[in-house]
Amino acid sequence: MADTLTDKTSARTWRAPRLTLRRREAIEAWLFVSPTVAGFLLFFLGPLVAVVYFSLTEWNLLTQEATFVGVKNYVDALSQNPDFWHVLRNSFVFAIGLVPLNMSLALTLALALSRPFRGVVFFRTVFFAPVVTSAVAWAIVWRFLLQGEGGAVNQLLAIVGIGGPNWLREPDWAMVAVIVTRVIKMVGLNMILYIAALQAIPRDYEAAARLEGASNWQIFRMVIWPLLAPTTLVIFVITMIGSFKVFDHIYLMTGGGPENGTLVLAFYIYEQGFKFFNVGYASALAMIMFVIVLVLTVIQMTLRRKDMR
Amino acid sequence: MTLTTRHTRLVSHVCLIIALSVVAVPFVFPFLWMVSSGFKSATEIFGQPSLIPRVWRWQNYLELFEYQPFARQYFNSIYIALAVTGLTLVISSLAGYALARMRFAGAGLLMLFLLSALMVPEEVTIIPNFFLIRSMGLMDTHAPLILLPVFGSHGVMATFLMRQYFLAIPKELEEAGRMDGLSRLGIWWRIALPMSRPALAAVSIITFLFSWNLFLEPLVFISSLEKFTLPLALSNFTDSYGLPLWHLQLAATSLAVVPILIVYLIAQRQIIESFALSGVKG
Repeated sequence: MADTLTDKTSARTWRAPRLTLRRREAIEAWLFVSPTVAGFLLFFLGPLVAVVYFSLTEWNLLTQEATFVGVKNYVDALSQNPDFWHVLRNSFVFAIGLVPLNMSLALTLALALSRPFRGVVFFRTVFFAPVVTSAVAWAIVWRFLLQGEGGAVNQLLAIVGIGGPNWLREPDWAMVAVIVTRVIKMVGLNMILYIAALQAIPRDYEAAARLEGASNWQIFRMVIWPLLAPTTLVIFVITMIGSFKVFDHIYLMTGGGPENGTLVLAFYIYEQGFKFFNVGYASALAMIMFVIVLVLTVIQMTLRRKDMR
Repeated sequence: MTLTTRHTRLVSHVCLIIALSVVAVPFVFPFLWMVSSGFKSATEIFGQPSLIPRVWRWQNYLELFEYQPFARQYFNSIYIALAVTGLTLVISSLAGYALARMRFAGAGLLMLFLLSALMVPEEVTIIPNFFLIRSMGLMDTHAPLILLPVFGSHGVMATFLMRQYFLAIPKELEEAGRMDGLSRLGIWWRIALPMSRPALAAVSIITFLFSWNLFLEPLVFISSLEKFTLPLALSNFTDSYGLPLWHLQLAATSLAVVPILIVYLIAQRQIIESFALSGVKG
């Protein structure tokens, strides 16, 4: 923006030759961005406008086509359909379980792995490996490992005398299982972001604090943690949004069950839209998801701005 | 004195290694168990657990190709991921270059619009996109699996990554190029792109993996077996009751995961850095 301003003033002094050059540059620039813009309009902005409209219509297998019904679908979701609040609760339980676990583990691992020692590369590689693995493969393998009888996890637990539950068949345990396995899958990414942030902190800070006689915990609490704040904020929002988007993981591990115990918002949208063909209702759900993600993003931006001051 | 400090340092190093090894178990164990179970028979899978199969059942790796057109599905995943990666590289670097280096009316607004796409989950737009793709007559084709990632939030992320990198290239180099009579396209191709190999590599890696692991879009758009991609195919090894055929499923999953893991182990530094650069995934 500032660039265009300075450019305008210089154009005023030069005028004739400059203007044609500028126009030429603008045309070329729009040609450069035209594939991106066309795709953006067709596959993103258009659909986004359409989903707003769809959400205001009654459109399902019975009606076959869209009829405008105003905010009926939102009213349905918020006050008529008991599934909705259950699903929203599940999504929040999933997020509230996943985010702190993911972030604290990521930070702990990053603190351990941000300094060189023998084996550091090996462990970084290990903790990041699930990130490059497909969520589908990860979910399939864990579903196999977490079977009630004969599952490897329970057989390992049996060795130390613990009778493990039928993880994916009991609603509460199923939620625990999908959260923990998702954390193992994704924690490497946050770990890497924390490592990068930790390595950017000048060593002198810590050395100075140590000279003052600060303990390890005091150094972390007073020096490192405050300096990590911007990274923590970004990671928090990314992880939070990611946890609301989770679909394939749950689709394959529990199918939303048992007793809808792991039916989360993204899955509910898919189920309503593509399994039951409640297009209007599913679009309203999609809009609600959009609003949740938007609110999270706005919170992040305002906090960030405050942080910079 | 020095001896004891060296001693405590060694002890703390060993403790750290032990602690990390314990934490590493649930990260490594699934991969080992996946590969080993892929070599077991359907009955041994539920017998006494052991990491090394009693009988190595290599037939699993033949049967899974008979169960569904797995080779074809594997090929689909490879060519789609390559197409998505190639297209993303061209389109995002063109747009990224214009946004970094060229002055044009509406650039600020365009950036803002594109940024907004980064935040919107694909679940939000998947329903209208379904009708769009259907009206284009592209249902049960690979076109949506290529178009949606290239132009969706992933493509936008790639555009911003490229723009960031282009901003850091010294302007003087481009001036020199212009003196030599290069067009804008020439500068992009002969100067900007060769200077941004690390960014291009990062975009390639994360884009290939993004496409390779894509699940929702294939699930929504693809219905015939021979058009499946790997994630769909893997979830499809079930008996007539819909229960998983574990020995085949885990063998197939190994076939899909192990090559990626091998490449990852060879190029782990480069791959991890690429993800750190993109920073917005997951």
